[in-house]
Amino acid sequence: MKKVGVLALQGAFQAHIERLVSLGAAAHPIRFRSELDGIDALVMPGGESTTMSLLLGANDLVAPLSDLIGDGLPVFGTCAGMILLASDILDGRDDQIAFNALPISVRRNGYGRQLASFEADLQITGIEHEENPFRAVFIRAPKVESVGAGLEVLANVDGDPVMVRLGPVWATAFHPELTDDLRVHAAFLKSL
Amino acid sequence: MSNKASGSSERTTATMRVKRGLAEMLKGGVIMDVVNAEQAKIAEDAGAVAVMALERVPADIRADGGVARMSDPAMIEEIQAVCSIPVMAKVRIGHFAEAQIIQALNVDYIDESEVLTPADEAYHIDKFAFDIPFVCGATNLGEACRRVSEGAALIRSKGEAGTGNVVEAVRHLRSIFRDIKRVTQADEMELFGMAKDLQAPLPLIQEIAETGRFPVPIFCAGGLATPADAALAMQLGAESVFVGSGIFKSADPAPRARAIVEATTNFMNPDVLVKVSRNLGTPMTGIAMNDIDIRLADRGW
Repeated sequence: MKKVGVLALQGAFQAHIERLVSLGAAAHPIRFRSELDGIDALVMPGGESTTMSLLLGANDLVAPLSDLIGDGLPVFGTCAGMILLASDILDGRDDQIAFNALPISVRRNGYGRQLASFEADLQITGIEHEENPFRAVFIRAPKVESVGAGLEVLANVDGDPVMVRLGPVWATAFHPELTDDLRVHAAFLKSL
Repeated sequence: MSNKASGSSERTTATMRVKRGLAEMLKGGVIMDVVNAEQAKIAEDAGAVAVMALERVPADIRADGGVARMSDPAMIEEIQAVCSIPVMAKVRIGHFAEAQIIQALNVDYIDESEVLTPADEAYHIDKFAFDIPFVCGATNLGEACRRVSEGAALIRSKGEAGTGNVVEAVRHLRSIFRDIKRVTQADEMELFGMAKDLQAPLPLIQEIAETGRFPVPIFCAGGLATPADAALAMQLGAESVFVGSGIFKSADPAPRARAIVEATTNFMNPDVLVKVSRNLGTPMTGIAMNDIDIRLADRGW
């Protein structure tokens, strides 16, 4: 059974844990360094990226997570998690943490404030759709404005990448944890 | 069948899932009352997940008396300009015209709040009529269900705002969670009587019984003043906390704000709570329940 840590400093971490568990993984919340021991993968959930940045520092998680990501730990970031994994954050705070695991330039709230939050049907590379697209929920979502070499774009909305992957590091601008469709989580688990 | 990444798509906005979605993202966080741009900046620097823009904090509304209304749009715009986190704003109970104005300002969430003077003594706003999501206060499960049936996407305890006294928020959270537990353990026949007793719409009570959970997140508000108060609320089952007067009516707001943020995340860890509670200066003075003239929590129907 794969052991997946879900960063639980703030945000929609519980929904991720429930979906991972329903897919047969052993998922547990991560708030402290000691809880990182023995994990096979890490999920960084949606929430407020500036709040998570501050708490990553307060709970002494920045260096251990940087090391794990540098060592090739599989990581899946959603929304704020995508921002944390980016190499370049636009409209962020100067003190905001970027783990530099994905060569993307990402604009916080790039689609606008809450009134611009939306749902859309996606076709995702590597996921079986048949007649059933993936219903994706975007909440004050980050917009990927440019991508670097080697990055795979797995889905996009109106030409903007919304799901990307570089080897073991995956990220979505949307929230697969807000629907009952488990296909994105399942694809990540299958890659482990 | 196509597995190609291809351009989408029809965008659908303002669905219930989108409205509840932002509440999901605010979980495990602190939403702070602010009355100007300077306070909003302090709140964001301290790690708030959102700010609540209002004209006066509840402690001042209580002290000043008179009619408390929606904030000046210019003040809300100033706050939006300086912070990158979600901005919420309060409107009076039933005052749908204030809500239309707040929505037109592109605010992220409306709090239809008992802290302001009610505009309608019979009806709350039809929140389904808006694209902007609403949070509403509740003192018990019936009230929480009535607000959800009107379209609220997030529920908070009312507590007793502006008192710095957490006792009412505790009462409300305990009442709501106790009755959710009772509903999930009841058989189908009992649900009819429970819906009647709680004055709650039957379909919502049946939904709670079936899913085992309340349909929208439940946060705590009203009277929180310390990191320990936040930890208490979270351990009782609240999924986030609103802090109003407790921060900017204390002696030294910035460190207290940050301490409450850390306490909300680490609510189960007493060692962290010790560390963040140390040397925060004087908290807001606070008022005992017997000493208040107006119970804001009684507003709402």
